[in-house]
Amino acid sequence: MTDLDSASALLDQVNAARANRTPLKIQGGNSKAFLGREVAGEILDTRAHCGIVRYEPTELVITARAGTPLSELLAALDNAGQMLPCEPPAFADSATVGGMIATGLSGPRRPWSGSVRDFVLGTRVITGLGQHLRFGGEVMKNVAGYDLSRLMAGSFGCLGVLTEVSLKVLPKPRQCLSIRLDIDCARALSKLAEWGQQPLPISAACHDGQSLYLRLEGGEGSVTAAHQRLGGEPLDSIFWRDLNEHRLAFFDEGLPLWRLSLPNNLGPLELPGEQLIDWAGAQRWLKSASADIHALAQSLGGHATCFSHGVSDTPFQPLAPTLLRYHRQLKAQLDPQGLFNPGRMYAEF
Amino acid sequence: MNILYDERLDGPLPQVNKAELLKALQRAVPDLDLLWREEELKPYECDGLSAYRTTPMLVALPRRLDQVQSLLKLCHAQSVPVVARGAGTGLSGGALPLEQGVLLVMARFNNILQIDPAARTARVQPGVRNLAISQAAAPFGLYYAPDPSSQIACSIGGNVAENAGGVHCLKYGLTVHNLLKIEVLTIEGERLTLGSEALDSAGFDLLALFTGSEGLLGIITEVTVKLLPRPQVAKVLLASFDSVEKAGRAVAEIIAAGIIPGGLEMMDNLAIRAAEDFIHAGYPVDAEAILLCELDGVEADVHDDCQRVREVMLAAGATEVRQAQDEAERVRFWAGRKNAFPAIGRLSPDYYCMDGTIPRRELPGVLRGIARLSEEYGLRVANVFHAGDGNMHPLILFDANQPGELQRAEALGGKILELCVQVGGSITGEHGVGREKINQMCAQFNNDELRLFHAVKAAFDPRGLLNPGKNIPTLHRCAEFGAMHIHAGQLSFPELERF
Repeated sequence: MTDLDSASALLDQVNAARANRTPLKIQGGNSKAFLGREVAGEILDTRAHCGIVRYEPTELVITARAGTPLSELLAALDNAGQMLPCEPPAFADSATVGGMIATGLSGPRRPWSGSVRDFVLGTRVITGLGQHLRFGGEVMKNVAGYDLSRLMAGSFGCLGVLTEVSLKVLPKPRQCLSIRLDIDCARALSKLAEWGQQPLPISAACHDGQSLYLRLEGGEGSVTAAHQRLGGEPLDSIFWRDLNEHRLAFFDEGLPLWRLSLPNNLGPLELPGEQLIDWAGAQRWLKSASADIHALAQSLGGHATCFSHGVSDTPFQPLAPTLLRYHRQLKAQLDPQGLFNPGRMYAEF
Repeated sequence: MNILYDERLDGPLPQVNKAELLKALQRAVPDLDLLWREEELKPYECDGLSAYRTTPMLVALPRRLDQVQSLLKLCHAQSVPVVARGAGTGLSGGALPLEQGVLLVMARFNNILQIDPAARTARVQPGVRNLAISQAAAPFGLYYAPDPSSQIACSIGGNVAENAGGVHCLKYGLTVHNLLKIEVLTIEGERLTLGSEALDSAGFDLLALFTGSEGLLGIITEVTVKLLPRPQVAKVLLASFDSVEKAGRAVAEIIAAGIIPGGLEMMDNLAIRAAEDFIHAGYPVDAEAILLCELDGVEADVHDDCQRVREVMLAAGATEVRQAQDEAERVRFWAGRKNAFPAIGRLSPDYYCMDGTIPRRELPGVLRGIARLSEEYGLRVANVFHAGDGNMHPLILFDANQPGELQRAEALGGKILELCVQVGGSITGEHGVGREKINQMCAQFNNDELRLFHAVKAAFDPRGLLNPGKNIPTLHRCAEFGAMHIHAGQLSFPELERF
């Protein structure tokens, strides 16, 4: 495990970029470089700024530098019997903690546990004014000032260079059991809506068109009781990692891959392509050649992101004009020279 | 230092002519209910922080969105400050009015628009009371998790503006974790939808940014929250300790055992005795500290966890561990804690409630620091503590009729918050900065960080018309505050470990 504080070098690079007005392309392990639009700029590599700064399991908080390999952070938690409940996907061994926050992607447990942003407690950020600042902290509750830490999650590096993050963590569940139920999509979604109103220990729910895959997590008693009630075939829990890391056969190369984030109660949907349902219906993966996925997602009350690189010039859902204006104004305030990842999310900023 | 708006420190406010503004508003929004006579304005001069009062210039009581929109457009055009208010239960003066501004009361927007049991969501207007959401969801076996102590009266719009907490935050999160979507009006009267009915939305996470922004970025006009299934059972353990350190250790050991209680509350001896005198909850009055530990969920799990927690507490040095034998006793155990504030109110003519958070490991040192400050200022302090999430509520006892005691209580409170910051904590866990902690913000953030906060504000409200003077201090105020309070480079508690 490497422990390197390179904050001053990162700050120097940002200040040089400010002086030269050179845009910066912020990158960690490049494991999620396929997301978003191309950025032209000088590379700012966060990986030299790495290491777990502080971790006391009984405080339920871990603080790590942005360049820390995600695998290292997860291993440290695992050793202490804890976890990051939002299950961020890595997509490659090179994935970093900073990239996890910047992309804000969460795994199968998300509807029940909360997202990456929900576990962010504090951040350190280099701003467009060339200052290294601290927001939030290492405490569970903190409402002093605006919540800039959570704002960083999913902002794709467009608002500043994330250098350090403090995250809330939780104990791993005592019992974990995965099952497969061979029921069709319509029935699965209607059962999930029903089960959602009951105190059942479901922590993941996926439907691939043939079967419903469920994960049960909790104490021995609740998991056993739920299993007895739901029945089903036992399922190797590696399924969830393969789903999260896009290693299921569904994700093999082919048509462009889209992520649709939708209201959870839409039931079965006829979508223009092959779909895989995750998050009990709230996240749908779609392989489609259609050019109208954004319009479709919007009409369904959600939004869509293209996960295949270079397919769309607008991989993220276009923003409504007023919302876009406030995005630009916020960007202009925090990064007045437009140095950080210009155009990574939208062409306009 | 006076807490009321001070143009010398907080920046000049636009000069507003009351008669002309009233006439313009009546013309622009003829059916908008407005209050302007002195006696009508009185009830609105403070929120839950009643020690600080300012009579607003005008009070607006809209019933429809278009009224709010027209009012904002006019205030924007004429540079009139606007302070939003929900139920007015906030404890930090976040809805303290301005003499030179309009108080926009959103309380009449009190309709529950939709409960969707299949989606487990509730769509409500901002003036709906927190508890009313759970009551409306109850027939479906669902509830809204965040439960600030004022939940019977506080409104959801205010909860969002303050990012309200409660006693179940460690397990169920704050307001920000339980929101899906808000509808907002900007100061220019533009409508924004932040978040969505899906679990995330495109662009920056402005929903997170607006949650807890204390009415400085926009006016909340509709809220969609997540609902959860009611836990099957909840059990409460009451453990007594002969020292606060041991109680603190027990909290860490419970977490180390992999258990996340639904609620985990600590009270010190003064708080225990006050609560027992008032409620007769059955608390051990000789204990130096008690822990209330609530375990909720599926019955079999809760049964196992109760056993584990009991063993952990005894091993950590509890002198006694009692489990509530029935629902009546469980409610009684909680009643003592939930009424701790009024119970303290019986010991003293006035009390002042603080809201600092600390990393839990710092608890013993911070409590010793508070005891020393209490002695130094000659005021008693009772401590109640959301032990699971490190949120302390020291209650300072004072008598406002004794000359100088309010000022001493404020000064003591400020010192306690600075102590929280020094050990890596925060000046506010759930009550907000408002006007009350505006000076302590200067202890928690440096000038560059404050400048960035002002930059965020400028992105949404460049003229600074929404709730001026709250949440983020001017650098000018901090310069003045720093000159008074911070002795360059000297920390007040050098013996405390820091990170």
